[in-house]
Amino acid sequence: MSHVAHSTNSKPAAEPGVKVTTSATIFLLAGLALLVVAPLFFYPIFLMKLLCFALFACAFNLLLGYTGLLSFGHATFFGGAAYFTAHAVKVWGWTPELGILLGVAGAAGLGVVMGFVAIRRQGIYFAMITLALSQMFFFFCLQAGFTQGEDGIQQVPRGHLFGVIDLSVSTNMYYFVLSVFVIGLLLIWRFINSPFGMILKSIRENEARATSLGYSVARYKLGAFVMSAALAGLAGGVKALVFQFATLTDVAWQMSGEVILMTLLGGIGTLIGPIFGAGLVVTLQNYLATSDFPVTIITGVVFMVCVLLFRRGIVGEFYASRLGRSLSFEHRH
Amino acid sequence: MTMIFGIPIQAFLGQLLIGLINGSFYALLSLGLAVIFGLLRVINFAHGAQYMLGAFVALLLLQYFGINYWLALFLAPLIIGLLGALIERSMLSRLYKLDHLYGLLFTFGLALTIEGTFRYLYGAAGQPYSVPTALAGGTNLGFMFLPIYRGWVVVISLIACIGTWLLIEKTKLGSYLRAATENAVLVQAFGVNVPLLLTFTYGFGAALAAFAGVLAAPIYQVSPLMGSNLIIVVFAVVVVGGMGSIMGAIITGYMLGIAEGLTKVFYPEASNIVIFVIMAIVLLIRPAGLFGRDA
Repeated sequence: MSHVAHSTNSKPAAEPGVKVTTSATIFLLAGLALLVVAPLFFYPIFLMKLLCFALFACAFNLLLGYTGLLSFGHATFFGGAAYFTAHAVKVWGWTPELGILLGVAGAAGLGVVMGFVAIRRQGIYFAMITLALSQMFFFFCLQAGFTQGEDGIQQVPRGHLFGVIDLSVSTNMYYFVLSVFVIGLLLIWRFINSPFGMILKSIRENEARATSLGYSVARYKLGAFVMSAALAGLAGGVKALVFQFATLTDVAWQMSGEVILMTLLGGIGTLIGPIFGAGLVVTLQNYLATSDFPVTIITGVVFMVCVLLFRRGIVGEFYASRLGRSLSFEHRH
Repeated sequence: MTMIFGIPIQAFLGQLLIGLINGSFYALLSLGLAVIFGLLRVINFAHGAQYMLGAFVALLLLQYFGINYWLALFLAPLIIGLLGALIERSMLSRLYKLDHLYGLLFTFGLALTIEGTFRYLYGAAGQPYSVPTALAGGTNLGFMFLPIYRGWVVVISLIACIGTWLLIEKTKLGSYLRAATENAVLVQAFGVNVPLLLTFTYGFGAALAAFAGVLAAPIYQVSPLMGSNLIIVVFAVVVVGGMGSIMGAIITGYMLGIAEGLTKVFYPEASNIVIFVIMAIVLLIRPAGLFGRDA
């Protein structure tokens, strides 16, 4: 069905993603090194927010970029996990890692339910169904007791990681978030390069063909959906601990739109594109937070410009550019 | 006091009326979505924003030019329809060759931009738009009190829905539209200006949304965010109905509006989500939707 991520570039690409070339490795290590030293130069909360949203966007891209399914309901997993983690840590007194695990499990559970209903339709119907179900979850959160309604769960303690490391120390928290981020990315990378991931790509390119080859397309889609939901939950759970609250903002449809924008802006179907997209959007939000100019206007305009002129996104354009090709980056499609 | 299913009949009929009014808006909006989708294969996420624009244009026409409700009911859809046509011609039409999802994303960005701009200019709070004098007041039906304006909304929406249905099913223009839905290339080969038809269709859909917006202005307050939550419900309506048929969209709109109203009587906590629950159930039983043809 969907060819969302299909690059218009006709240049034959290298075997996507299986081999990571030398230059790509160098860039990745340099990027990681930058993130390790970044707290020396930037406000840690800002960096942690960025990493959480980057992981969220990468999790989302797992579904859109590699399976061709546009979910308009990922706020459910992100915000739902934030609620679960916050509740477990604050009310039940769980340790942070267990709280996050509960968030991930909860998000995966929600993913099973939403995925099961939504994969019955394709294309734009899929997008509309996920949006509607996610709105339903929003109303659930608005009325359920444990979410504290409009107030949200506030003053969530960060606690001690494994009962030992004090996460209320900003530096500790930062390196914890960075570790989660790297682990999340490695998981995604492993996932899309596994046989399972290859089948997902074949479904994206030609669903009928995949069916005729004997693959149970619905089951693979559901698997990808749940995986993506769980990773989005990982990002949401960590985010609840970073900001020490979980509110309705995280489950609202605007959040689902935001993660789509991050992915689109960075490059649908590229492994690291969503990270750049998330970085840009978060920076923009921080920059505009002090002015009274509404972010939605800029978000909306960027959306339209991206769709009209810039569909490969930043990283996608770079891969397709002469420089990107001469560095023989993995060029996905 | 007369009781029905253990509740006062007044409360029952009152909610039934509210359900019927909400259903009118669902029907008008899902009808516009279905018309646009049928030909353009674009899900118009900006439909809610265009509905809001209709209400705002009516309000601004009144404030700045003293133009009354009746003229606004005609002018606002015209203005928003032309604006829609302009957007289709200049931007949306570039996306037809791509995956349909890009149309959804583009109109989503458009909706954010429009709503953000109006929120910036007019604030998030709602502004009242008074009921036209000819339709003010109410009438006692014996079993309940009916505000005349609400009765008018139900009647005029029904007329607009049936009018649209007639336009598409019974006129020459409608036959071009239906033919182009089936096979645009062939229709173009017969000498019909299909791109113009697409522009007209999008403009018409936007005008329908604006028409609903003007109707809604005296009932709900005119606010920049009045369309954004509504459009998600309308999406659910469209999923339930399936976008294959115009009549299906209309019937489903009214049905779900009434179902929502009745839920408010029997189990108010669930009234926000009942349409989504119905959507999920319909998807599990009949994935193509109640009236859907294409899977």
